[in-house]
Amino acid sequence: MKKYVIIGNGAAAVNCIEGIRSTDEFGEIVVISEEKHKVYCRPLISYYLEGKTDLSHMGYRGEDFYEKMQCRVLYGRKAVAILPESREVKLDDGTVVAYTDLCLATGSSPFIPPFEGLSSVKKQYTFMTLDDAFGLERGICQSDHVLIIGAGLIGLKCAEGIAGRAASVTLCDLADHVLPGILDAEGAALVQTHLEEHGFHFCLNDSVARFKKNTAYLKSGAVISFDVLVLACGISPNTSLFQDIGGEVGRGIVVDDRMRTSVENIYAAGDCAEGADVSTGRKRVLAMMPNACMQGYTAGVNMAEGNKVFDKALPMNAVGFFGLHVMTAGSYEGELYEEKTEKTMKRLFTEDDLLKGFILIGSDERAGIYTSMIREQTPISSVHFDLLKKTATTAAFPAETRRKKFGGVV
Amino acid sequence: MMKRVYVNEKWCLGCHLCEYYCAFANSGLSDMVLALKGKPIYPRIHVEGDEKISYAVSCRHCEDPICVKSCIAAALSKDNGVIRIDKNKCVGCYTCVLVCPYGALAPGEDGVMQKCELCLQNECGEPACVKGCPNKAIVYEERGEMI
Ligand SMILES: Cc1cc2nc3c(=O)[nH]c(=O)nc-3n(C[C@H](O)[C@H](O)[C@H](O)COP(=O)(O)OP(=O)(O)OC[C@H]3O[C@@H](n4cnc5c(N)ncnc54)[C@H](O)[C@@H]3O)c2cc1C
Ligand code: SF4
Ligand code: SF4
Repeated sequence: MKKYVIIGNGAAAVNCIEGIRSTDEFGEIVVISEEKHKVYCRPLISYYLEGKTDLSHMGYRGEDFYEKMQCRVLYGRKAVAILPESREVKLDDGTVVAYTDLCLATGSSPFIPPFEGLSSVKKQYTFMTLDDAFGLERGICQSDHVLIIGAGLIGLKCAEGIAGRAASVTLCDLADHVLPGILDAEGAALVQTHLEEHGFHFCLNDSVARFKKNTAYLKSGAVISFDVLVLACGISPNTSLFQDIGGEVGRGIVVDDRMRTSVENIYAAGDCAEGADVSTGRKRVLAMMPNACMQGYTAGVNMAEGNKVFDKALPMNAVGFFGLHVMTAGSYEGELYEEKTEKTMKRLFTEDDLLKGFILIGSDERAGIYTSMIREQTPISSVHFDLLKKTATTAAFPAETRRKKFGGVV
Repeated sequence: MMKRVYVNEKWCLGCHLCEYYCAFANSGLSDMVLALKGKPIYPRIHVEGDEKISYAVSCRHCEDPICVKSCIAAALSKDNGVIRIDKNKCVGCYTCVLVCPYGALAPGEDGVMQKCELCLQNECGEPACVKGCPNKAIVYEERGEMI
């Protein structure tokens, strides 16, 4: 009988469990979970602080999920080493767990640059886990001025989450625009204006030279005093367990399109893994929910001797701030088609007869039609692109394609 | 195999009646005039096309639904083949809109996502769009699996 071990208990791990159970009803499954919670929706921690959801609605699966899947979860336990020869995982309490197939679904950790004087800051938080959200909930009061280092997705979502709980929120980023991982400068400017209208302050193209208690001294000479500090400078994939056994690691744990790593019987999925991006063909860590789920499920099926390939990974993000929605996918390379108004922006990037990527800001278009063109690498010459570029509509596909897509075989 | 809603482009008149039947079936009201008159409607089926062709689009209830895998709030799920949405869990992030290849999800009046659930969750019990289509362009039948 197979003995599956999964390190981590996030979205990738849970989809891995489901992948295994879709193929193998009986194998034993053990999950090693450093966090003491049942799997929850990580992206919802900002919505929790904002009051847009509550604990009873944040579960990623039902209360009886692990029971139904017949797996054992070791809560509060951390894996500290992999012993590939004996096929065992060593835990922080000294015990070992044997595996026939292992999945690394360890996610990522906040990256914290070595700021001078950081240890003198009393109230400092990161923003990755439910416990971080609880910490902030307890730690902030209405009169507090909050400084967030990092104006990427996590920093901005945190800002939105706590806006109603603090006196002011200031965000500082090394990059010269907000959401540097997702948007180009012009798109970011629209979002920044919108956020400024909601009272946020920004110090961009700047970074902290040193902290002294409740004061940050920036490289530009600016001085910011604050009550609460949030560090959202970026994330780094949790790869050390695998690195220690000499496995192939780039920025993340390198995986093929079946989520196999360089070491036999070890798989990886989610934020800790680095797989191929179809929009560029290059390997890349894609730290986002859809990818974690797809990779996790794929790993699970293959661990259980099934056969599943996931070779359609794409960078994509949908994120909203105070009602302004941003949808992006793919890469921003090639020829540009653009539509702009004061508050909205649409950019489509095309190259070699393919749609490569897009940015939609303030739009409620059916963007998935564009995303699927990138994912499926649909030739632009096979659709009415003049119609499609203006509106995301399946009417731009030939009737035959549409018949296949909609299953209307008549 | 399960029954799905299919549309025959040749027969679709582009009259948008299905949108009205859908909005009414999901309004929870018993009087169509009261439910719809003079209000913007938020149907879960929508008509697309141009002067030459038209056809109605609603959720395909995919076999391997990318929306379910992508939802950041686990608000979407598969229940006996039907892709359902839990409106109390949805936070309106638009990730599902970003991934659905058919454009089958759109926000309702309250900003929360809506999609076709085949009228299994409302009073109607079977797709209202099918019953209401004057030209029988929409059918509810078994045809095989959707990817
Ligand atoms: C605030 C915030 C907002 C986000 N918003 C979005 C969004 O809108 N859309 C989107 O697509 N994505 C979003 N993301 C990203 C998304 O949450 C991640 O991509 C996703 O959670 C990755 O899942 P995972 O299972 O790979 O990792 P995780 O969910 O991080 O799970 C990994 C787990 O492994 C545990 N672990 C690590 N090492 C060990 C060990 N040695 N032993 C035992 N356990 C271990 C960790 O404690 C953790 O619980 C957001 C993330 C954050 C923090
Ligand atoms: S909403 Fe879209 S992706 Fe989801 S099941 Fe329906 S058609 Fe498929
Ligand atoms: S908008 Fe709602 S249903 Fe769609 S992905 Fe976000 S939370 Fe899920």
